[in-house]
Amino acid sequence: MKGQAPGCRVHTPASLAGALELLAAEKGVWRPLAGGTDLMVPFAAGKLPFMDFLNLWGLEELRGLEISEDAITLGALSTYSEIRNHSLLQREFPNLVQSAWVTGAIAIQNRGTLGGNLANGSPAADTPPSLLTYGAEVQLQSIAGSRWVPYENFHTGYKQTVMLPEELITRIRIRRPKGNNFHFFRKVGTRKAQAIAKVCVAAYARVEEGRVVEFRLGLGSVAPVPVRARTVELMVEGCVVDTLLIAAARTALMEDIRPIDDIRSTAKYRRTVAANVLGQLLEEMVEHFDRMA
Amino acid sequence: MARLLDVIREELDLTGTKEGCGEGECGACSVFLDGKLVNSCLVPAAQAQGAELRTIEGVADGEQLHGVQAAFLECGGAQCGICTPGMVMAAVDLLRRCPQPDEAQIRDGLAGNLCRCTGYVKIVDSVASAAKRAVAVAEQALQAGAGANP
Ligand SMILES: Cc1cc2nc3c(=O)[nH]c(=O)nc-3n(C[C@H](O)[C@H](O)[C@H](O)COP(=O)(O)OP(=O)(O)OC[C@H]3O[C@@H](n4cnc5c(N)ncnc54)[C@H](O)[C@@H]3O)c2cc1C
Ligand code: FES
Ligand code: FES
Repeated sequence: MKGQAPGCRVHTPASLAGALELLAAEKGVWRPLAGGTDLMVPFAAGKLPFMDFLNLWGLEELRGLEISEDAITLGALSTYSEIRNHSLLQREFPNLVQSAWVTGAIAIQNRGTLGGNLANGSPAADTPPSLLTYGAEVQLQSIAGSRWVPYENFHTGYKQTVMLPEELITRIRIRRPKGNNFHFFRKVGTRKAQAIAKVCVAAYARVEEGRVVEFRLGLGSVAPVPVRARTVELMVEGCVVDTLLIAAARTALMEDIRPIDDIRSTAKYRRTVAANVLGQLLEEMVEHFDRMA
Repeated sequence: MARLLDVIREELDLTGTKEGCGEGECGACSVFLDGKLVNSCLVPAAQAQGAELRTIEGVADGEQLHGVQAAFLECGGAQCGICTPGMVMAAVDLLRRCPQPDEAQIRDGLAGNLCRCTGYVKIVDSVASAAKRAVAVAEQALQAGAGANP
């Protein structure tokens, strides 16, 4: 039977505390398993170097969504389907909802989780650019306690994160947008369903009295980790909407991204497409705020 | 760590569910787990403990085919048939979420299911026809009900 590797163990803890105890007691032994949509593929192919799985799927503590005045907090086990069907998220966090829509097809969206997407650490994942635009923070918990990490500091290198072996991602918090704002999300892939992004771009902007007071630009597949384009952000922030220098922003973007050649695309193509998408998004943004004015 | 797909096919002997890619790409292994469409090749069997499982064998009502199955037969939605159980599951799921889909919605609902034979046109026709048939059945039932209770 495929995947029935001898010596492989699956432990299903009764509670989050039980899970954290085991992770602390046998450090580095147990690999968290959420929806399995990343892990099961290499596992079935016999390509995983580890054999012991800590099954998180049943842990109620890692599910659900809390709403406060300033923020929304999502359990790590929130699935793409739960995200895309949630009316408050649809209204206030369209970038995140669109990320969920473009991740795999329905059957993947029913199992794949937000926590798994972040922990997996792929620079081509689709929720990171959106989370970067919403100032996300990640809660990491171990038996010793918990800490909140700004999501932009979560990835430290290709498939590397600040998470310790005894920690789990428990929650993801995003700030509720205020005022007069604009959201943009675009995934460029080979086809609509199931394709891994060649470039993924998300943006969030807020305007007060005709001036951009907040601008966040998140990109995927253009560097070893998902990135915020700081140079572009600084350039756009503070500008009067109608005087935005789009060509200059496109040039500045080249400072912020470090794409590579790989099986899905080339560095050159990614640079061109990222700049084109940025140009489109800034044009749409100007139009949007002009309409609102 | 057995996959749900292996338990279904080899232990439960329900071989209607197929293995295509084994990587979540083709949808041949689609089943309903607690009412949700999943790729059983990606689900560890341990995570199905205590859950309600419905495979393609449970879609017809005894000898009475499900409307989607009848439509696939009528419209030629199956050729070699390997993708068909998964296509039927995905179509049943789609029509539950969206009873009157347009062509784009049908293609979207079946986006996780690959077919190497049909070119998809007859599959899309089958799902559209199943949706129409469901409306006709519902209207008949309504009229029959209205007749009984004027
Ligand atoms: C056919 C197919 C299409 C896909 N398409 C896309 C796509 O378009 N875009 C995209 O971004 N991804 C895609 N993916 C990848 C995958 O579905 C996502 O990354 C998903 O979010 C992973 O979540 P999971 O719960 O299934 O993770 P799992 O496979 O269970 O785990 C993934 C990793 O995260 C760790 N982990 C999980 N949860 C936690 C936690 N709470 N704390 C600490 N560590 C944890 C695991 O140890 C593992 O290393 C696709 C996968 C498949 C098979
Ligand atoms: S066999 Fe499961 S998706 Fe292809
Ligand atoms: S009918 Fe042969 S794969 Fe679809």
